[in-house]
Amino acid sequence: MTGTRPPLLDVDALIDDPETRVLVCCGSGGVGKTTTAAAIAVRAAERGRRTVVLTIDPARRLAQSLGLRELDNSPREVKTEGFEPKGELHAMMLDMRRTFDDMVLAHAGRDRAEQILANPFYQTISTSFSGTQEYMAMEKLGQLVADGGWDLIVVDTPPSRSALDFLDAPQRLSTVLDGRLIRMLSAPARAGGRGIRKIVGAGFGLFTKAVSTIVGGQLLQDASTFVQAFDSMFGGFRQRAQKTYELLRSPGTGFLVIAAAEPDALREASYFVERLSAENMPLIGLVANRTHPVLASLSATKAHAAADGLERAGDAPLAAAVLRLHADRVAVADREKRLIARFTRAHPGVALVGVPALPTDVHDLDGLHEIGRRLAGE
Amino acid sequence: MASPATGWTQELTRARLHVVTGKGGTGKTTAAAALALALATGGRRVLLVEVEGRQGIAQLFDRAPLPYSEERIASAPGGGEVRALAVDPEAALLEYLDMFYNLGFAGRTLRKMGAIEFATTLAPGLRDVLLTGKVKECVRRTGPSGRHEYDAVVLDAPPTGRVVQFLDVTKAMADLAKVGPIKGQSDGVVKLLHSGDTAVHLVTLLEEMPVRETLDAVAELDGADLRPGAVLVNRVRPPRLPARSVVAAAGGRVDASRVRSGLESAGLDLDVETIDGLVEETVEHAIRVRMEQGAKEKLAESDLPTVELPELTDGVDVAALYELAELLVERGVR
Repeated sequence: MTGTRPPLLDVDALIDDPETRVLVCCGSGGVGKTTTAAAIAVRAAERGRRTVVLTIDPARRLAQSLGLRELDNSPREVKTEGFEPKGELHAMMLDMRRTFDDMVLAHAGRDRAEQILANPFYQTISTSFSGTQEYMAMEKLGQLVADGGWDLIVVDTPPSRSALDFLDAPQRLSTVLDGRLIRMLSAPARAGGRGIRKIVGAGFGLFTKAVSTIVGGQLLQDASTFVQAFDSMFGGFRQRAQKTYELLRSPGTGFLVIAAAEPDALREASYFVERLSAENMPLIGLVANRTHPVLASLSATKAHAAADGLERAGDAPLAAAVLRLHADRVAVADREKRLIARFTRAHPGVALVGVPALPTDVHDLDGLHEIGRRLAGE
Repeated sequence: MASPATGWTQELTRARLHVVTGKGGTGKTTAAAALALALATGGRRVLLVEVEGRQGIAQLFDRAPLPYSEERIASAPGGGEVRALAVDPEAALLEYLDMFYNLGFAGRTLRKMGAIEFATTLAPGLRDVLLTGKVKECVRRTGPSGRHEYDAVVLDAPPTGRVVQFLDVTKAMADLAKVGPIKGQSDGVVKLLHSGDTAVHLVTLLEEMPVRETLDAVAELDGADLRPGAVLVNRVRPPRLPARSVVAAAGGRVDASRVRSGLESAGLDLDVETIDGLVEETVEHAIRVRMEQGAKEKLAESDLPTVELPELTDGVDVAALYELAELLVERGVR
């Protein structure tokens, strides 16, 4: 029943290669993206590279283990007793609001920038629009690359339901901010959208009225002021997003797709792999995270049969328990293997590495080091 | 070991809207579907609703993507039925506007242009108001006989991190117009969500992060005057070791020679390597059991009724959903 064997993802060869400059870790929520990104960064630093890891929304204890106590939006070197890597490890946590503010400040004159920052509509967009975090992660990545001081940048991606959000959200945000619609709605009288108006006809007036009834005139007014102030910068914004997108396609950048050995996570991983290939983006491989390989070669059937015998005799409860838990583990491992094999059948060329689960949660550098070892197949 | 109160309470039996949330990866959609089946058992009609546009229900029931209409998706034991609805915020907005303005053809064009996305971006709360508004309409809808069309509605809600924001319609409305049709509608939603007709269930695993998120969400729900319902502990695996051996084994102390002699008396003569592997598996198992016990104790702090669902090694298919539903019924869900 063995299918095709996928090529093995060689993490050490990847992070040792001086040509590898940016690694983007993506995958659906809850698969261990942040931890994997941090573990790769730890290992790269240990192997001599000057590494920075950009985390998005790390669990508190993981953040603490990297010396990150708050969002400070610029990399800090990780220095703890007993951690003496050959290279360097720096870490940072994305502060999306500040990244956005900095962007505005960099693109608009001081007065105009202040006007924008104070606008209530800007405050909504910069904190709660669903694409902002992704856009800002890209922006921050662009800045780190422009710094030029890093051998390797490892990026975690925002926790989202779907891994594709990372690619689509910046585009969505640009569209919304840049759209003709915002102009027409905020100032329909002098908008240049006559062509559309002709199609939509009187319905448009109604829609404007409806929207304004629902969201309130004040909000539309704020939006209008915002767009006018934003207009001059917009070219800059879009270009910038475009440039970062290009960066993701350039040599030196690679995507690692992280998935748990679960149907949903692997389905998302499949979508992502297909999308990357459609966009000509460099896929490095799949990390099948938190697997439970069997550690003893004994079949589940035999284990159950022997446990049955022991339990009937009321004998050796410890040995019976050991046999049962081994059989459970065989079942889990079989299921994981089946699911991963299904992924490989659909994507036979994608390199893959399985990372056996640690029995405990990871929240210190030792744990990250151990995951790094497992990633490298040690 | 103090175990949290188990089983479904009288209070939960009275709820008509069951909101199901949980951290990503805990099996929120699975639990919601099993709950819908359980509630439909014995001849009742239940609507299962999703609002995140990811067609999780269709995937779970192995169906083509659901249209924006209420479709029969499963029959429950005893003549009950579960219908499913994937609420699309764009469609909900247009449907809603149509009640007040005749948009007709313009509505469709605007939709194509992304006008709806625009409107919901302008006021992020609007999306949630529309989605919860649709859910309320389903809960309150009555048939010709004056009876409620659905005996219960189960909502597969956004994950714990966002659920309170999603349900806190009053807050969302602060962004929106203070008058007009949507205000009137949202008042009704607020009333339903904060009443005894609604319970917010939390799906969790016996792991540190999901448990912490669950407790945070319970506090947040309390703070927003929303009613936490039950904790559904998903994917519970049987503890295999005798309780007295767990602590020692988790500390790495497994008596390999006792294991070996036990295996021999069962007729298994295994080599050293295999025995070592078994011992290592046992240590990992014990560490996990210990962590799960810790997680259970933490969960008990929430003081909510708790229902455990077992891990299904073969994964979740439609048959497994019925199995989970049956367990829920056994544990008092109705």
